[in-house]
Amino acid sequence: MPPVGPRSGDAIFANIERVNAELFTLTYGAVVRQLLTDLEEVEEVNKQLDQMGYNIGIRLIDEFLAKSNLSRCVDFKETAEVIAKIGFKMFLGVTASVTNWDTDGTCCSIVLEDNPLVDFVELPDTCQGLYYCNILSGVVRGALEMVSMKTEITWIRDMLRGDDAFELQVKLLKQVPEEYPYKDDE
Amino acid sequence: MIGVGKMKQYSNVLDRPLGKGKQEVSLSAFAFLFSELVQYNQTQVDNIAELERRLEDAGYAVGARVLELLCHRDKGNRRETRLLGILSFVHSTVWKVLFGKVADSLEKGTEHEDEYMISEKELLVNRFISIPKDMGTFNCGAFVAGIVRGVLDGAGFPAVVTAHFVPVEGQQRPRTTILIKFAEEVLRREARLG
Repeated sequence: MPPVGPRSGDAIFANIERVNAELFTLTYGAVVRQLLTDLEEVEEVNKQLDQMGYNIGIRLIDEFLAKSNLSRCVDFKETAEVIAKIGFKMFLGVTASVTNWDTDGTCCSIVLEDNPLVDFVELPDTCQGLYYCNILSGVVRGALEMVSMKTEITWIRDMLRGDDAFELQVKLLKQVPEEYPYKDDE
Repeated sequence: MIGVGKMKQYSNVLDRPLGKGKQEVSLSAFAFLFSELVQYNQTQVDNIAELERRLEDAGYAVGARVLELLCHRDKGNRRETRLLGILSFVHSTVWKVLFGKVADSLEKGTEHEDEYMISEKELLVNRFISIPKDMGTFNCGAFVAGIVRGVLDGAGFPAVVTAHFVPVEGQQRPRTTILIKFAEEVLRREARLG
């Protein structure tokens, strides 16, 4: 029988196949380096990383829903908690926290103290405008779009830039109403 | 302020303690990332050879760093200087750290003195990949070949490293063989060392 109810991030992480984080980290580094060589402009690299993240997000959400056994979140607050507590744990093995809610509950920050993407990384002077982890914001944006939420995501803090944590601000722009019935091919 | 928050900030990456390397991420996180790496590189090339070369380049960068990291952490700042030593370092130590297991086999080529092969029944990077017919012999293992080349080159054993599929009887999926062809100078040095 499948487990009933949502599963905790730790439980999922313990039960899935895992790989060494260093392989992941170094591979990501290779991706960023290729982009910097190909695209030259740091701004373009930020964009491309976000796009890659988005591509991942729209696919990753399926696995996330299948393995977490979650039902629909009642509000954006629950959504943010789920991303931080289950999503980050399940894929990256790290826990994130949610803070800095605005008054109407549509904007918050996800704070990461551990981030496997940045081990061994130091931003050189020529890359100061680079959002090294921009792939993560793309992932979150893509995944949320697949569950009908349009969001805007900005990096507020970045340890590579000397801050004390990674902080992603997630702002809910609008909930896209689901189109039903779906249009069949005429 | 001392003792406030986690002591995680270091002004310089080199001041940071070297992790034990036991941290893990989910296999799918890696698979998603790798798939994006392949797809992005596909947009940058017009032919398969070029695509493999780019994946190999990406791998090379990983290999060079892995060598440095493992020599510091696992080998007390020593690196192998003999051919068989470095090959078994790749086959055992490197494989174990990166893929969680020792490679399935390490063999010497029968026809050429300078060729060695590392074979893997199911290479991690090929696990979720099926090659479309029109892409012929393309092998994502090129990335791992690049890692191997990066390690070998960094240790002073320049080689040409390529990845190939080898069909296995009675098995649906072919195994992946990483073919290592050492540069002449490496063999000459090895012969001199006796």
